[in-house]
Amino acid sequence: MLLIHCPYCNETLPELEYAYAGEAHIARPANPSEVSDEEWAEFLFMRSNVKGIHYERWRHLHGCGRFFNAVRDTVSDKFLTTYEAGAPRPDLDTLVNTPAEGGK
Amino acid sequence: MTHFSAFSLLKNALTGHKNWTEQWPDAQPKAEYDVIIVGAGGHGLGAAYYLATQHGITNIAVIDKGWLGGGNTGRNTTIIRSNYLYDESARLFDHSVDLWQNLSQELNYNVMYSNRGVLMLAHNVHDVQSFKRHVHSNRLNGVDNRWLSTEECKEYCPPLNISKSSRYPVMGGALQERAGTARHDAVAWGYARGAAARGVDVIQNCAVQAIRRNDDGSVAGVDTDKGFIKAKKVAVSASGHNSMVMATAGVRLPLESMPLQALVSEPVKPVFPCVVMSNAVHAYCSQSDKGELVIGSGTDQYVSYGQRGGLPLIEHTVSAISEVFPIFNRMRMLRKWAGITDNTPDRSPIIGKTPVPNLYVNCGWGTGGFKATPGSAHVFAWTIAKDEPHPINAPFTLDRFRTGRLIDEAAAAAVAH
Ligand SMILES: Cc1cc2nc3c(=O)[nH]c(=O)nc-3n(C[C@H](O)[C@H](O)[C@H](O)COP(=O)(O)OP(=O)(O)OC[C@H]3O[C@@H](n4cnc5c(N)ncnc54)[C@H](O)[C@@H]3O)c2cc1C
Ligand SMILES: [Zn+2]
Repeated sequence: MLLIHCPYCNETLPELEYAYAGEAHIARPANPSEVSDEEWAEFLFMRSNVKGIHYERWRHLHGCGRFFNAVRDTVSDKFLTTYEAGAPRPDLDTLVNTPAEGGK
Repeated sequence: MTHFSAFSLLKNALTGHKNWTEQWPDAQPKAEYDVIIVGAGGHGLGAAYYLATQHGITNIAVIDKGWLGGGNTGRNTTIIRSNYLYDESARLFDHSVDLWQNLSQELNYNVMYSNRGVLMLAHNVHDVQSFKRHVHSNRLNGVDNRWLSTEECKEYCPPLNISKSSRYPVMGGALQERAGTARHDAVAWGYARGAAARGVDVIQNCAVQAIRRNDDGSVAGVDTDKGFIKAKKVAVSASGHNSMVMATAGVRLPLESMPLQALVSEPVKPVFPCVVMSNAVHAYCSQSDKGELVIGSGTDQYVSYGQRGGLPLIEHTVSAISEVFPIFNRMRMLRKWAGITDNTPDRSPIIGKTPVPNLYVNCGWGTGGFKATPGSAHVFAWTIAKDEPHPINAPFTLDRFRTGRLIDEAAAAAVAH
């Protein structure tokens, strides 16, 4: 069972409290009517599906209910960090080189 | 290659099984092929087999990073059925069920196809309505599927608990009698043997690192652990790793890879005559010829290539099985495992051409592609040979995610196996 840190509640809790919400940092087009079919397909369906370091969204469904982002290694399933929605992507080099605190 | 028959079995039994010849050679790559297939699962090996037998193309390599059949082909719960809702899916999966009927004879290899029937249980009014709709739609498409009353379900599968007071009462079921199971490994082995006998190289323990392209954008070949191999055409059939392989050619896919788990119980005497699926409770189960209950679980909710899967899913599955089949609630489970499945947003596969000339992809089979192995391999081979889709796979394009013509079996089925 994954242990996931909610950046809002500031608690590390079992996976069952959370719902996965797909790849992170995919912005909805600002002017939908001007967007081509290719761009819609890209936004709606195409995913990087990374084997390795993955930016993704989670929702603390059975807690505060809020969405946040996480960086996770999809091979070891280890979380490198979690951060609030809207915050920029954390810098990978520093993340990979600093040992993560227990469970975060 | 020895032809298998009652006579060859007897002869080898009398000589202590010491004289069987190898079934396919351990091939090493040549410098160049007409077609390279990435991934030696059932779909990839089958495509090579049909290219050789039906399209006269034999200068083929099937390349796998591990051992052949070691992916989802060797990890699945082997449920075969074709009672899908939409016309496109019904045609594709029923084409496959047609080919399953004589596959052992065609390959001269016993794939142990057993049409023991697949019974899908309805537990609430919504299930009843939706399954009846499936039955009607299947019948219009010539796909066998019929409605059973509660008592008829019990008659077909005696271990069922049909008590009205059970937590998930059985309100009827949809039965596909032509459906069933097969021996998963044998499917990969049978196709590998048949393809190798016609000159196809099956190259194991050789990961494809990247697809290389010519200056004009078309496919040049593949970079592998064993060096560059030139190819006129490259066809990718790498299940959970399709996104990774295709990304090296600059093609993005609408896939998310997730672990799907299964488990087996200790072996017991024959008690369970068919396959039963309960979509609402998410329990499905059959009994193998060895006597183990074969139980399928669900996918983890997140993208993962860790071929383990989370324990919460196993707990959920085992409790669902105990609800639907109280007689099994004291059985011990022997082992569990996972495979990485590549899932599309509409839960239908993509079989066809790609934006890159001479590059083909067969992907998105997700949690339910074993049943489709012969049919998918057959139409994929056609697509590769003729550079155009077979009418059966024509709707299953990558382009449907741009045009919006999805084949939304996800909405139709809730689970897909
Ligand atoms: C637990 C579980 C239960 C399932 N139950 C059912 C079921 O009951 N019914 C059903 O119809 N389907 C079921 N499925 C789905 C089914 O197993 C798959 O859809 C199907 O087997 C896929 O076959 P394939 O040949 O496409 O892929 P695979 O058999 O996975 O073959 C792909 C191959 O590609 C290789 N590969 C990957 N990357 C590379 C690379 N870079 N270079 C070289 N080779 C590479 C892999 O090693 C692998 O051998 C289940 C799956 C799982 C995991
Ligand atoms: Zn929270």
